[in-house]
Amino acid sequence: MSKHPGTRTIGFNEPLIFDRSKEGRSGASLPKLDVPPVDPGEVFPQELIRDEAAALPQVSEPEVVRHFTRLSTWNFSVDHQFYPLGSCTMKYNPKINEWVARLPGHANLHPYTPDRLAQGAIEILWETERMLGEVSGMAGVSLQPAAGAHGELTALMMIRKALSDRGDPRKKVLIPDTAHGTNPATVTLNGYTVEAVSSNEEGFLDPESVAQKMDDSVAALMMTNPNTIGLFEKHIGEVAEIVHSRGGFLFGDGANLNALMGCGRPGDFGIDAMQFNLHKTFSTPHGGGGPGSGPVGVCEALIQYLPTPRPVKTDEGFLLSQDFPNTIGRVRSFLGNFGVIVRAYAYLRELGAPGLKKVSQMAVLNANYLLHLIKDSYYIPFGDGRCMHEVVASDRDLFKETHVSTLDVAKGLIDRGFHPPTVYFPLVVKGALMCEPTETESKEAVEEFAAAMIEIAELSRTDPEALHAAPQNTRLGRLDETAAARKPILKAE
Amino acid sequence: MNIPENLRYTKDHEWVKVDGDVATVGVSAFAVEQLGDITLVEMPEVGDEIKAGEAMGTVESVKAVSDMYAPISGTVKTVNEELDDAPEKVNEDCYGAGWMLSIQISDPAEVEALLDSAGYKDHVASIDD
Repeated sequence: MSKHPGTRTIGFNEPLIFDRSKEGRSGASLPKLDVPPVDPGEVFPQELIRDEAAALPQVSEPEVVRHFTRLSTWNFSVDHQFYPLGSCTMKYNPKINEWVARLPGHANLHPYTPDRLAQGAIEILWETERMLGEVSGMAGVSLQPAAGAHGELTALMMIRKALSDRGDPRKKVLIPDTAHGTNPATVTLNGYTVEAVSSNEEGFLDPESVAQKMDDSVAALMMTNPNTIGLFEKHIGEVAEIVHSRGGFLFGDGANLNALMGCGRPGDFGIDAMQFNLHKTFSTPHGGGGPGSGPVGVCEALIQYLPTPRPVKTDEGFLLSQDFPNTIGRVRSFLGNFGVIVRAYAYLRELGAPGLKKVSQMAVLNANYLLHLIKDSYYIPFGDGRCMHEVVASDRDLFKETHVSTLDVAKGLIDRGFHPPTVYFPLVVKGALMCEPTETESKEAVEEFAAAMIEIAELSRTDPEALHAAPQNTRLGRLDETAAARKPILKAE
Repeated sequence: MNIPENLRYTKDHEWVKVDGDVATVGVSAFAVEQLGDITLVEMPEVGDEIKAGEAMGTVESVKAVSDMYAPISGTVKTVNEELDDAPEKVNEDCYGAGWMLSIQISDPAEVEALLDSAGYKDHVASIDD
């Protein structure tokens, strides 16, 4: 086991910081009060005054520092090791992005700075909008939405307003059965009902099933291309035509854009609105390291509905304009997650068009190489030996033969120092193991991961119990996920 | 796999037990096996009108959240509230204590369109590989 990366380190136990609390201990020393004391009850409304002091932990500065430093050693990040969490595009976040975002002119810019004193910042917004438009083939872009799902929500709000403006409010939205869970949530929040469309036996969205469900009550079809099985929806042109012919809009979930840059543009294959996940495709930090950013791109007909304010270029320079009467309005305070947008801007400028194309080519190549390496050990239900940016394996054959499941494989990978792939999603694949290596991994890193996958498949035949008992190289063994979900403890006792 | 003969089934792995004009609904043993440990069952409210084929609730397990589709149209008569605190009843006894809701049937013809146990057995066999 020692040949695997990253499974042995000093692992501190660490209690809750509340458990370290000692009455009277403090990390701060305040100067003596030299003004008359004020009773909060006299200056604040009564309902805002608490009866007893908050139970804050009473700890010294080194205790605080050690507490959080120890907790930080429990983290796993893309800066530690390969992180093939499928559909999440856990690519490396270049450190130059951080340098650019932390320049004082970016980091310290007050959001109420007048336009004339924030020309550089507005220019970055204006240019990023246009670069994302160029990558995607969308006619207009807004950077306001704060995350991918927020971008979806914003896109559907615009579609809803466009339909209502033409006196044709509709009721339903079609969603393929391989969709991300955020899609139905977006639909429901917009007051539409969801209608699922099954994918066919090859894993593609079938134009015939779309045609059957597409009628005048359908506002939009939301699809992800490449889809979550890692396949390019090859009937996209036909599907777009069917949706458009009945007056509906085609929404494209940009979650998997990392497979397409410089090779195919959603706007060119009929997408009317889409979101971008800057924290996936454009290398900004992800998950706990966020926040995310989910710009939205739209076709010509929807531009008038984009959120305001919008950056505008004039002869006198850049400004933020509210002068768009048909806008759906503001969807986020100020200018969205500006620091994240700056990081994406740095990435776009660093790579340029040829670099972005290479990103997608390498992402697809890495996924196909991984598929090739593991295909004799794991059942790959779709794609006929090919995939786009991610490969979706199944535990079907392995489980039948050895009773080792996808969950066991995931835990076994943790023992070998790898973050597990996305498991049990998409639901159309039994025991799915969804691996997305991204372009940032070297050939050797992909090979090491494949070797661990293969070793686990072999071990499942000789010693399945070892895998049921995994992980064992970690600070804690296998957690009781069922009890955590059924009887969660949400408060420090 | 336990597929009781006296029940009717949907392709979405729900069972339906008809008693006069009331149908009791739950999920099949196959569904339970696929879902794994169930952690949350969300059902419609008593009195809600539901329509065959449309989403009426969700079942959440450690693996996934899945929609429950109304097997037939009608009005929700009762909901198994014990599942709120003890969703494990679905894992332990999906055809008994793990029942989910009962529906006042509005169109008896829809019941006839459901699969019988033999038809459901074939359906499971066709996807269980």
